[in-house]
Amino acid sequence: MTGDFGVTATSHGAARRRRTTLCLAALVLSAALAACAGSGPPYTLKNITGLVQPLDFALMNQDNQAVTARDYRHELVLLYFGYTECPDECPTTLATLANALRALGPEASQVKVLFVSVDPQRDTTAVLKRYVNNFGPEFVGLRPDQAELTDLSKRYRIAYHYEKADQYGNYEVDHSNAVFIFDRDGRARLLALSDNTAQQVASDLRRLLASS
Amino acid sequence: MFPLVTNLRYLLPWQFSPTIFIACAVTVTLYVRGLMALGRGAARVGFWRAFTFFLGVTLCYAVLQTYVDYLSAHMFWIHRFQHLVLHHIGPVLIVLAGPDRVLRAGVPAGVRRMRIPAWIRSPIQVFFRLIQHPLIAPILFVGLIFFWLTPSIHFTAMIDTRRYDLMNWSMLADGLLFWWLMLAPRQVQGSTAIGYGTRLVILSLVAIPQHLLGAYITLHDTSLYDIYAICGRAWAVDPLYDQQIGGLLTWIPAAMMSLVGILVVLYHILHDPEATAPRRRLPSSVQPANSG
Repeated sequence: MTGDFGVTATSHGAARRRRTTLCLAALVLSAALAACAGSGPPYTLKNITGLVQPLDFALMNQDNQAVTARDYRHELVLLYFGYTECPDECPTTLATLANALRALGPEASQVKVLFVSVDPQRDTTAVLKRYVNNFGPEFVGLRPDQAELTDLSKRYRIAYHYEKADQYGNYEVDHSNAVFIFDRDGRARLLALSDNTAQQVASDLRRLLASS
Repeated sequence: MFPLVTNLRYLLPWQFSPTIFIACAVTVTLYVRGLMALGRGAARVGFWRAFTFFLGVTLCYAVLQTYVDYLSAHMFWIHRFQHLVLHHIGPVLIVLAGPDRVLRAGVPAGVRRMRIPAWIRSPIQVFFRLIQHPLIAPILFVGLIFFWLTPSIHFTAMIDTRRYDLMNWSMLADGLLFWWLMLAPRQVQGSTAIGYGTRLVILSLVAIPQHLLGAYITLHDTSLYDIYAICGRAWAVDPLYDQQIGGLLTWIPAAMMSLVGILVVLYHILHDPEATAPRRRLPSSVQPANSG
């Protein structure tokens, strides 16, 4: 039996890992249950509290100023990845968010929508500025370089993909359609999806503003 | 030259994991040390055995620590391929190579002499015997597949890096444990050894739920896993097409591994004990120091 040192050693290592795994799985489950049993009715939007990393970035905004996540502390932040030449998804989503902010009324001043370009090649800061101004004063355009964009996509586990350019050099970009919502402390709380209405977004934002 | 340099990034980890890197590095180091210790004599390791071992380890490493990992997080069928490697193909190759003898020979003498205190060893042994129980091991094996493919759990595993790592680790660890229990010769399994007949039953039974789950995913006419639409797919593809390929990977090749397993067990039955007997007669120089 002791002759099987290698065998038992590797198996024990694996066994320990398995046990840790099981313990973690149990913890995760109980945490999920606790979250469900938390105060009040559940949010309409997808709850991602504790699942997604806190807000953290250092990028150039549409006015060519360097901004970081710290600049948006004490505000609710809606983080969305898109590009200005997006034919359908981005304008629809941003319009929904603009409507939600309008529904919020004066409270909208405590909310910022950060529109991060996944197409920095075409989205210069000037282009971004013209684009976000269409939607309202709460909208901020952010232009990462490719390396910064890669880091952000790892941090928020999003994907984007450049389609082949046509004969005029135009191309589309496939990208995520989720809006990550962070509370005043920069913690990820909710995920707005393309099928959520402006009213749903507004009422959940109002609850978040009231609770934090 | 230039394309080579730009393509190298596909071989680099998307998200570097120290635990995976260290685990693979230690395993390969032990194995190479073992190969050198066993040398070219009667105890030498055949080329194909070593090849099978390295292939299994390389496959597992590749799906976890190259660009495949990024693709797995953003395309359902590639995620299913990743788990096919982690839970089935990789562990089967590693176990088939019979690496226990080589890894044991690769353990430095100082470490081999170390005695693990009983208060640590015995609970681990009890736990190990429990999860390698012929009734529990197959339930764990199939249960993990179902657990991580439950849509709500799948969502959280894909959006949370820590759960994602936990998911992949649990699949690899369970794959190694299960296939070790199924495919390793009885003589090297120690206290958890189970009979070949029992193994045939287990291998046949675990295929059934995998068939059912795979068929369910493949034939489902709406998208079951919305995370890929939410966080973006690696490239543009019809979500249902992605789901069908993923379902087929869960259905056919995964369950096929049971057939491979059954063939291996039949081989053991035909060759037991003759085929495994020479391995017990190692030259004294390579016998572990604490044997006996």
